[in-house]
Amino acid sequence: MTGPTDAVAAVADAHRRDWALVLAATVRLTRDLDLAQESVQDAYVAALDAWARSGVPANTAAWLTTTARRKALDALRRDKTLRAKLPLLVEPAGEPEPSGDQDMIGDDRLRLVFTCCHPALGREAQAALALRLVCGLTTAEIAAAFLVPEATMAARVTRAKKKITAARIAYRVPSPAELPARLDAVLTVVHLVFTTGHTSPAGSSLVRTELVERAISLARMLAELMPDEREVLGLLALLLLTDARRATRTDESGRLLVLADQDRSRWDTAAITEGARLASRAMRGGSPGRFAAQAAIAAVHAQAPDYDHTDWPLLVARYDDLLRAWPSPVVELNRAVAVAMAAGPDAGLAELARIEADGRLAGYRYLHAARADLLRRAGRDAAAAQSYRAALELTQNEAERGFLAARLAEVAGPQ
Amino acid sequence: MSQQYLILIYEQEAPYAEMDEAGRQAVFAAHGRFAGQVGELGGTLLGGNALQPSATATTVRDDIVTDGPFAETKEVLGGYYLIEARDLDQALAIAKLCPAAYGGVEVRPIWDTSAG
Repeated sequence: MTGPTDAVAAVADAHRRDWALVLAATVRLTRDLDLAQESVQDAYVAALDAWARSGVPANTAAWLTTTARRKALDALRRDKTLRAKLPLLVEPAGEPEPSGDQDMIGDDRLRLVFTCCHPALGREAQAALALRLVCGLTTAEIAAAFLVPEATMAARVTRAKKKITAARIAYRVPSPAELPARLDAVLTVVHLVFTTGHTSPAGSSLVRTELVERAISLARMLAELMPDEREVLGLLALLLLTDARRATRTDESGRLLVLADQDRSRWDTAAITEGARLASRAMRGGSPGRFAAQAAIAAVHAQAPDYDHTDWPLLVARYDDLLRAWPSPVVELNRAVAVAMAAGPDAGLAELARIEADGRLAGYRYLHAARADLLRRAGRDAAAAQSYRAALELTQNEAERGFLAARLAEVAGPQ
Repeated sequence: MSQQYLILIYEQEAPYAEMDEAGRQAVFAAHGRFAGQVGELGGTLLGGNALQPSATATTVRDDIVTDGPFAETKEVLGGYYLIEARDLDQALAIAKLCPAAYGGVEVRPIWDTSAG
């Protein structure tokens, strides 16, 4: 006897751990996403009762898969016309249909992930599908996390699933030739899920934490299934290193704290150790991709004893790596700040002047804020005040306005 | 099992109107090459046509006949290919080779209405 409470906990645990495995194995049988999803949901409901009566099975994933597949077969038998009507998913040609527990191989989960993140689907639909099908979140949960009405999210998911079958998006892992571009789309989706949970101030914090944790477990799953893909390791490292600072990103009143003001003693050292180790593995073997390079940057920050003792020259080198992988004026701006810390505000201002000449960041408030900060540190208060005013004009965010106004008062003196 | 897709070619018309004979020959040659590439990529070319410029279009809506295309847009439907492919990835690989120097192509699965 397990008791209902233990069964509930075991089912919740199995939902988190096994959902992707169970669904992927069931899709192989039904070749229809909706039927598979319903059958798996039913299997979890059945588990609540069965596990309370007869105990939690040793292999929960196998139990759930067997149950889900039986429920799918029952549904197909009950409604003979259903099978004929199913818009079947495209299976890779010439691949034998595996049977029994052998289905539960990593590749099935990868097929699911790559199908959800196919480039023919919009980025938002990719993220919603990944959360719905790979993580097993409900449409209501996903809608709450992305701050859209549930009906909107339901329509988005339905439309995407319909396109998968109507346009014949294949249920397969891309060929080695296609893999880099396709993998980048998958990693971008996982990163989007993470940043949605991590950065947006609105929405319930519980839902937000859920998104962050789901993104990390997705990245873990990918790293387990593709241990040689450096960008996968880079993404996992980046998420771990960023999330290690979760507790210190805001003060008691919920105001965002910049890196220099965060209490480093409250950073999660276990996550930093793991993230830094993964980041250095991702950096090995030639020019890194954008996720590995970002992870390496996060590792430099996370391992510094305090802001002033950050290894700025190393950070500049890491930003050079990132610029090669991902040329963007915003990355250049961040690099210029690191240059200023390594070689003084005048060196940073020279870099900023070069970026400004390019013109693409003219309306970007952080460019003006960064220039203002460097001018202030160089002791050029009048010029700094002018830049703080320019940044203020471009900023609507109240917390940021407060920060900029305080700095402006410092350099402009009493008005 | 395979799926039919329509590759719709949307392009600006002006460059074609201003094109000299050598340019036109080059475009014909590019489309000739494309016809061969469909098979090389494992697909089947079922058909295709170039359309006369949109200035020749006539719109019928609620029985009212008007001169001109359905909607005035910068890029207009200038031609199409009907292909058969294993899945969307194969169709997209083929579509990437479709000549459309002054615009792009849209890939639409054909709805098999007989399948219920």
